[in-house]
Amino acid sequence: MIIDAVVLFFVLGVVARLAKSDLRLPEPLYETLSIYLLLAIGLKGGVELARQPVAGVLPSAVAAVALGAAIPLALYPVLRRIGKFPVADSASIAAHYGSVSVVTFAVATSLLLQAGIASEPHMPLLVALMEAPGIVVGIVLARALARTEGDRPPLRWGPLAHEVFLGKSVVLLLGGLAIGALAGAQAMAPIEPVFFGLFKGVLALFLLEMGLVAGGRLADLRRAGAFLVAFGVAAPLVLGFVGALVGHLLGLSLGGTTLLATLAASSSYIAAPTAMRVAVPEANPALSIGVVLGVTFPFNITLGIPLYLHYARWIGS
Amino acid sequence: MQTHAKKLLVIITEAALEKNLIRDARQFGAHGYTIGEVRGGGERGEREASWEADRSIEMKIVCDAAVAQALAQHVLSSYAANYQVAMFTADVGVFRAEKF
Repeated sequence: MIIDAVVLFFVLGVVARLAKSDLRLPEPLYETLSIYLLLAIGLKGGVELARQPVAGVLPSAVAAVALGAAIPLALYPVLRRIGKFPVADSASIAAHYGSVSVVTFAVATSLLLQAGIASEPHMPLLVALMEAPGIVVGIVLARALARTEGDRPPLRWGPLAHEVFLGKSVVLLLGGLAIGALAGAQAMAPIEPVFFGLFKGVLALFLLEMGLVAGGRLADLRRAGAFLVAFGVAAPLVLGFVGALVGHLLGLSLGGTTLLATLAASSSYIAAPTAMRVAVPEANPALSIGVVLGVTFPFNITLGIPLYLHYARWIGS
Repeated sequence: MQTHAKKLLVIITEAALEKNLIRDARQFGAHGYTIGEVRGGGERGEREASWEADRSIEMKIVCDAAVAQALAQHVLSSYAANYQVAMFTADVGVFRAEKF
């Protein structure tokens, strides 16, 4: 198994948090690092797109959106019937899994780079496309299936759509892709040292912070119960396989298939919690954030991604 | 210098509500507001502002007593059941009554 150094930074964060260390990254730095990562991922994809205009992006794009929308529909019954969670919580947790985690994607690209495995340049576009559909489906599920519909104000879809489709991650990913594609490799050369050369170091710092955050969520899990913890591992295992299968059917490369599997298996902890908090306020955020950050995110970046690479290899052979 | 009696309404809650609260404050007749990011804890746990979904805000509004009353009532009935909300008022004196 390939161990990526950045993952160890995450582990350090978790350990520091559990040991009640006073280590804390200032919030503006967290914000800066996340903006950097999103832009860098977009720019890299954009430069590659400019270099080799890709035919057949459309099937991948449609499949990615469909996959993101289908995941909450598949997970909802499991959470509702087997997990016995209320409608709002089932829909909210399912929506988190339908959306994606950009940092998980970044760790996967970093691992592929280390292993010398190439992937399609339009993969960052798929990240941007997969962010919103799962959230929208989750909100519709919660709204359509809740019994108390009568006594609450109608949902303002306008501001919510604005938040989901023009959130910072979508703007930065698509913006980076556009800048990279328009500027091309030559024009990007002067800023390359910052955006490409420093990428892994910044990712390491960001994961240190994520470790601190994830470590702080572990307490929520005790309240959430064994089912949710098992779900947090089982869901990415199954969804990763489905993602790899879809990637294979789309004819993606080994790297592209691994990345699509990673996207399918990953769960959002930025866009989804914010949107669900506004749209489905009765859902308990401690449950969804606890399982997403306390179980699935750590699982994906340590064991999950190498496993999805195996999935992709196995399906491709 | 003469001061005029007004109410200071302070709402401490989750950052997800910021846009709603600004809209509500305007709707209920507040002339202005100040928002700052804060950290804290309560009966539902700690909020450390360590990442997006963990942010909290403190909104301060200086207004007439009737506006503060109506807005506070609205916040309690609309948000308090599902969000972490801490709210209080205080009597304050302002120098330019027409501004608030």
